[in-house]
Amino acid sequence: MHITLNGKRAVTTAKSVSELKEFLRIEKDSVFIINGFQTDKNLILSEKDSIVIIKKGVTPSKDEFESMISARHTPQVYEKLKKAKVAVAGLGGLGSNIAVMLARTGIGHLLLVDFDTVEPSNLNRQHYFTRDLSMPKTEALKKQIYEINPFITTETKNVYVDEKNIEDLFLGYEIICEAFDNPEIKAVLVNTVLNKMPEVKVVAASGMAGYFSSNSIKTEKKMKNLYVCGDFTNGSKQGTGLMSPRVQICAGHQANMIVRLLLGIEEV
Amino acid sequence: MKVNGKIILLQKDINLFDFLINNNYEISKIAVELNKKIIVKAEFKNIALNDSDSLEIVTFVGGG
Repeated sequence: MHITLNGKRAVTTAKSVSELKEFLRIEKDSVFIINGFQTDKNLILSEKDSIVIIKKGVTPSKDEFESMISARHTPQVYEKLKKAKVAVAGLGGLGSNIAVMLARTGIGHLLLVDFDTVEPSNLNRQHYFTRDLSMPKTEALKKQIYEINPFITTETKNVYVDEKNIEDLFLGYEIICEAFDNPEIKAVLVNTVLNKMPEVKVVAASGMAGYFSSNSIKTEKKMKNLYVCGDFTNGSKQGTGLMSPRVQICAGHQANMIVRLLLGIEEV
Repeated sequence: MKVNGKIILLQKDINLFDFLINNNYEISKIAVELNKKIIVKAEFKNIALNDSDSLEIVTFVGGG
């Protein structure tokens, strides 16, 4: 039968997981993943199964490494996401976490846009480290993404986004993630893209400050090309700071909506 | 007129800009769709609303 083994086509006479393990002389502590599902069970193999075997402590070849990184994804889903491109506008608490999630999900190409550098007050919620202080956020995040998955390509633009540069900055991207802090810039990006780039979808955020209920944060389709995640109410202000859990919940909503759109699902 | 899914009755002739201001919307922090069409801010004063319209207003609060 034909299977895919660590990213390569293979033919085997093994009928089950244990037969394949025996045939390949796989050590007991190896990780065995079949069609995106890690298992210890002796499952029956089927034609076209995708199998990844990871020997702990062994450095894989480059080809094998890519199949191992993606081994826990549903196979056909990963192939679609690998070809996708997403722009992330603003690399703060939302954008940095969203970019990392999209990278882990295997989105093949990311555009990272921010004008700012990493400073200490960012570390309460943004995906940076003390070693990143004073670095442009674009560069710090590009480095992290390479460390997470070196097969993902990134493009960085270290600029302040305004009404005049939006069309140029995001040319060629069909999904833009709005992840700014400032509500006026959020509105400028959303209005400009919806007006001037009619084929582009925006996944934006509004309302994730404080420690209000996690369950008040949701995803809504507000307009044909506009999705908004958040509680729609709780902005950051004196006495209500931005805190990691709710910012990350909102970032998770945005990242998942982006994945759904990339897979052709327009419902929230 | 339908506003964010709720039916309201327009009391008088009013343009989109005045309607938004009267209802305490901050023009610089919103996106507006009228009858499924996105409206640029420069047009707000030129658009007269009527009861058959459907208006969707998205408000952005700070934080990210």
